[in-house]
Amino acid sequence: MNFMTALEIIVSSSLLVAAPLIFTALGGVFSERAGVVNIGLEGLMIIGAFTSIVFNLTFAKTFGPATPWLGLLVAMIVGGIFALIHGLASITFRADQTVSGVAINFLALGLAVFLVKKWYGKGQTDMIVQNFRKIDIPGLSHIPIIGDLFFKNVTYASYLAIIISFVVWYVIYKTPFGLRLRSVGEHPMAADTMGINVIRMRYVAVFLSGVFGGVGGAVYAQTITLDFSHATITGQGFMALAAMIFGKWHPLGAMGAALFFGFAQSLSIVGDQIPFLKDIPSVYLLIAPYVLTILALAGFVGRAEAPKADGIPYIKGQR
Amino acid sequence: MSNKYINILIPIIAVLLGLIAGAIIMLISGYNPIAGYAALWNGAFGQTFYIGETLRQATPYIFAGLAVAFAFRTGLFNIGVEGQLLVGWIASVWVGLAFDLPKIIHLPLAILAAMIAGALWGFVPGFLKARLRVHEVIVTIMMNYIALHVTNYLVRNVLSKQKDSTAHIHNSASLHSDFLQKITDFSTLHNGLYLAIIAAIIMWFLLEKTTKGFELRSVGFNQHASHYAGMNVNRNIVQSMVISGVFAGLAGAMEGLGTFGYAFLQPDFSGIGFDGIAVALLGGNTSIGVVIAALLFGALRVGSLNMPIEANVPNELVEIVIALIIFFVASSYIIKWAIGRFKREAK
Repeated sequence: MNFMTALEIIVSSSLLVAAPLIFTALGGVFSERAGVVNIGLEGLMIIGAFTSIVFNLTFAKTFGPATPWLGLLVAMIVGGIFALIHGLASITFRADQTVSGVAINFLALGLAVFLVKKWYGKGQTDMIVQNFRKIDIPGLSHIPIIGDLFFKNVTYASYLAIIISFVVWYVIYKTPFGLRLRSVGEHPMAADTMGINVIRMRYVAVFLSGVFGGVGGAVYAQTITLDFSHATITGQGFMALAAMIFGKWHPLGAMGAALFFGFAQSLSIVGDQIPFLKDIPSVYLLIAPYVLTILALAGFVGRAEAPKADGIPYIKGQR
Repeated sequence: MSNKYINILIPIIAVLLGLIAGAIIMLISGYNPIAGYAALWNGAFGQTFYIGETLRQATPYIFAGLAVAFAFRTGLFNIGVEGQLLVGWIASVWVGLAFDLPKIIHLPLAILAAMIAGALWGFVPGFLKARLRVHEVIVTIMMNYIALHVTNYLVRNVLSKQKDSTAHIHNSASLHSDFLQKITDFSTLHNGLYLAIIAAIIMWFLLEKTTKGFELRSVGFNQHASHYAGMNVNRNIVQSMVISGVFAGLAGAMEGLGTFGYAFLQPDFSGIGFDGIAVALLGGNTSIGVVIAALLFGALRVGSLNMPIEANVPNELVEIVIALIIFFVASSYIIKWAIGRFKREAK
């Protein structure tokens, strides 16, 4: 195997693994920028994965190749609604946001597996037939070298994730909505004084985090696992959380971090096939995202600081 | 109504609401809730064997709950019990395999190894919090995954020769108890239960009856006031996380030296650490509360295994009920508000 082939395998599998992380991390950015800590990203991914697989299995015959995209759409809606439970507990009921997030994770897994057992009579669904396939992107894949590296054997979802990151960046940093969202997370009292409805803003942000988390889960399930069981999402949500922090709560930073974590993950998976990587124990690559995140938080890789009011319930009139 | 009374009432209401919601879910999805809960009860307490299993399951829950509760009481959120538990598990099994000593030395040594491993895993977030003001929630989550991958690596490459599990530990390091097994119809109950109860008493004594405990609690209440009173806030933060990690490591020793007697590849977390958060919250972060809540969760988890067998209800129902209980306890603000409202109307 020559160097180019090795690189092609690594790049295409990195993009594949990174796509769901990017979407979910963007969801985390929305919620935490508005001041609601979201440990429940894992649960939101579970709900997204579950919804998309169930939809896909039920409607694959009706919609044909469009099914995975429609599955994505349904996962978005269900994920968003599910996230509102987190919103209700942590915004209106003023519950500890971390605790509520933990409960979201429990609830998502319990509910999803409960329903799978109820509907399919077993703990694991069948494999879906209509999935996001690896394709060569028309036109772009003919560019010499770059085309081979980046545009062959990839899914549309990976590129969609990267494009959406820029959209999210624009929305959060260049629009009035984004400014309000950030102000609610930095100084909710000041925002309230300026006439921004803090509670509504936070609900919208949590809803969006569910939408993106749902997409992340749906993309993961429909490209990588292709079925749903209790072991479909194991830690991807927490890795997305890490990506968001490593990316300093910034959409593009989160995307970059997610790509990098995807790279580390894929190295640990495909490393066996690549001659000069075979000797590195995969455990180093597996723990790399988490170690790096800790280092980033500690300030060794550029200090990561959370929005000021992240994790603090807003109580009107309280100073 | 006094505050103390309400603090006892809230967990009870939360559990009841959780169970009622579970019943509604069973009804909607076409199962018989009475049959479902009867199966749960029988699976947890129906025979002496099941009582033994419930107590065995409660043992690590007590430790995990104490770990979370201890950190909570000192103003820290230790969501890293999963990781601390795993390293404690591996460390205890490692010592249990590596040495051949008389029981009186070997068993304490293996337990000590678990304590040290848990303490180290707790030290990292504690240190980062104290020195660099890094939020402990994120660091402990990251430490969980580091623990998961590192312990799996150790099981495969160091403690076994590319196998999925290690050999069984030597008998001299085991918590196995003939007596406890005999009285519970040969369940997997082991001597760890005694240790768990002793640990609960130690935590109560440490927090409520010693100067150190007072300091730790006061740092949890108000760092600035504690600092002004001449306490070393940073040192207390580190110590608190380390002690919390010790409890969590001991939970791992319960699995490594008691329930299983070996370590194996973990595809995902055991769930004991996350359940420990629920146990601590439900128990109001007190020793006695944690023990009671751990018994409840032990019963729920063990009993749930009987639900598909006896009532055809998927055992994940209990997972949903636990999640809802956590929601209700965490949302105690709204329960308190409802109690207040109820009281005013009664007058």
